Amino acid sequence: MSEPMVAVRDVTKVYVRGAQRVEVLHGISLEIPRGDFVALMGPSGSGKTTLLNLIGGLDQPSSGEVEVAGRRIDRLAGNALSHWRSENVGFIFQFYNLMPVLTAADNVELPLLLTRLPAAQRRRNVEIVLQIVGLADRARHRPNELSGGQEQRVAIARAIVSDPQILVCDEPTGDLDRATADEILKLLQTLNREHGKTIVMVTHDPKAAEYAGRTIHLDKGRLVDGAVAA
Amino acid sequence: MTRFGFVMANLFRRKTRGTLTLLSVVSAFLLFGLLQAVHVLFNAGVDFVGATRVVTQARVSFTSALPLRLLSEITAIPGVSEVMHETWFGGVWQTNTPLTTFATVPEQLHAVYPEWVMPEAEWRAFAATRTGMIVGRQVADQFGWKVGQKIPLASNIYPRKDGSKAWAFDLVGIFDGKDENWQRQTTQEFINYAYFDEENQFGRGNVNIYVEKLKQGADPAAVAHAIDARFENSTDETKTQTEREFNVGFVKQIGDIGLIVRWILSAVFFTLLLVVGNTMAQSVRERIPELAVLKTLGFTDASVLGFVIAEAAAFCILGGLIGLALATGVGALVERKLGGFLPLAVDAGVWATGFAAMVAMSLAVGLLPALRAKRLNIVDALAGR
Repeated sequence: MSEPMVAVRDVTKVYVRGAQRVEVLHGISLEIPRGDFVALMGPSGSGKTTLLNLIGGLDQPSSGEVEVAGRRIDRLAGNALSHWRSENVGFIFQFYNLMPVLTAADNVELPLLLTRLPAAQRRRNVEIVLQIVGLADRARHRPNELSGGQEQRVAIARAIVSDPQILVCDEPTGDLDRATADEILKLLQTLNREHGKTIVMVTHDPKAAEYAGRTIHLDKGRLVDGAVAA
Repeated sequence: MTRFGFVMANLFRRKTRGTLTLLSVVSAFLLFGLLQAVHVLFNAGVDFVGATRVVTQARVSFTSALPLRLLSEITAIPGVSEVMHETWFGGVWQTNTPLTTFATVPEQLHAVYPEWVMPEAEWRAFAATRTGMIVGRQVADQFGWKVGQKIPLASNIYPRKDGSKAWAFDLVGIFDGKDENWQRQTTQEFINYAYFDEENQFGRGNVNIYVEKLKQGADPAAVAHAIDARFENSTDETKTQTEREFNVGFVKQIGDIGLIVRWILSAVFFTLLLVVGNTMAQSVRERIPELAVLKTLGFTDASVLGFVIAEAAAFCILGGLIGLALATGVGALVERKLGGFLPLAVDAGVWATGFAAMVAMSLAVGLLPALRAKRLNIVDALAGR
């Protein structure tokens, strides 16, 4: 069996807020194979986003191991972790989080400023991914000139422009109407099926989860079902 | 897009705020450039290079009188070609228009200042007329004065022997400058010292300054030193300097210019620190999530710190360069208007000091918000905590 894209082993996460100590994840273990499209579901406060942040290298576990794309990222910190994120993970947020002062094309190009690609090559890559998400004709528009669905497409283009192995999506359709949400989910499905991207998506929406190949449920910081044991 | 392009795009994310902040930096550096030029001018050491004339005043102040008897002794100093003396008369035209009038000896003025150009007949008339007066072209044009006219002036300093402050002079000549630069200085008047000295109520036989025209090839510093050495330890100690230094000293009567300049600049930059600092702090505060996204994408803490510092630097350096460029233009204009009386040069030294101020200000206003951005925790920032 090939090496999984994500392997989480006995991970706990504890937040300390003042005098309060909150254990959000209690010894989670799971594996996500390469090329999988996984939906993480669960009630609010179940630890979905915390788990997603650990997989995306945005946060560190209090204990346990997190291995993504063959790298123990729980052992990385600072610049090493930043570099690892820029090369391996694409992030898609609920509220798009685009830079309002930049055009769609410039927003998409932003992660490429971390590469050594020449400007012309960067522009070509941007054109290609904007075509993939169907927004080639909106390249010069700023976020406030785009609809919510278009903004999320730009965010997806930004997430895939540096060709990461894994896409980490936090409620990517949470701010969209049903029809637009379906378009975005189809796009994610295409990226998974045709471009081989491993996708981990947090969602509250059972319809959104239907687009994933597998759904993992969490409750009160523990896996309920759907996980492949690590 | 480049990192620089990203910084510039963020600079004017709120156009009104960005523009007003930039304008405040431009204004501050315009003021800085001009005041720094004044500061340099008033604090420069004595530079005799290229001087063709030197000016001798009483060591304490040029408002203290020097006796007329020094004339022959100064004339005898090696290197001195011609000597003239001048005494400030001032004068008020009509009700409240102050004039720049000096009492002097016509022949001496003609010899020492060949830059003043006037028909020889008018020079002769000036020498021959005890109540004679000559005026610069600009003054004549301003008041519409014509040769042959009687010019009544009041003096706030010198009452006449009969106690009256009303003087009257016969306008016998109007002088021009030898070139454009000197023409701009034709803003003064000269009266005949002999008449002034005889008619004023006090202080006979005294003058304010001597102006020495140097012989070809004479060393101005050596001549100045020789003059001052000649009167050292006497009751009339002197201070001899170039015309430029004398002009500066004349303006220094206002007060300690250097201190005034320092206080104004301190106030300006303190205000500027608050304005730009507040803009930067607001700018960072309102886009915490955006900065967190940059970090999410893989920009390091140092990169994010660099972006914020670069924005502060862009404000300070862009505004500073525009401000100093304007100051250079205004300085040149002022110098032109004053006909070189005060060489207000926003020179390389002022630019270098200005650039250092821009860099220091960039760090002062950018460092705290930049450190805040650097220390952002991605998860907390994205969650709005």
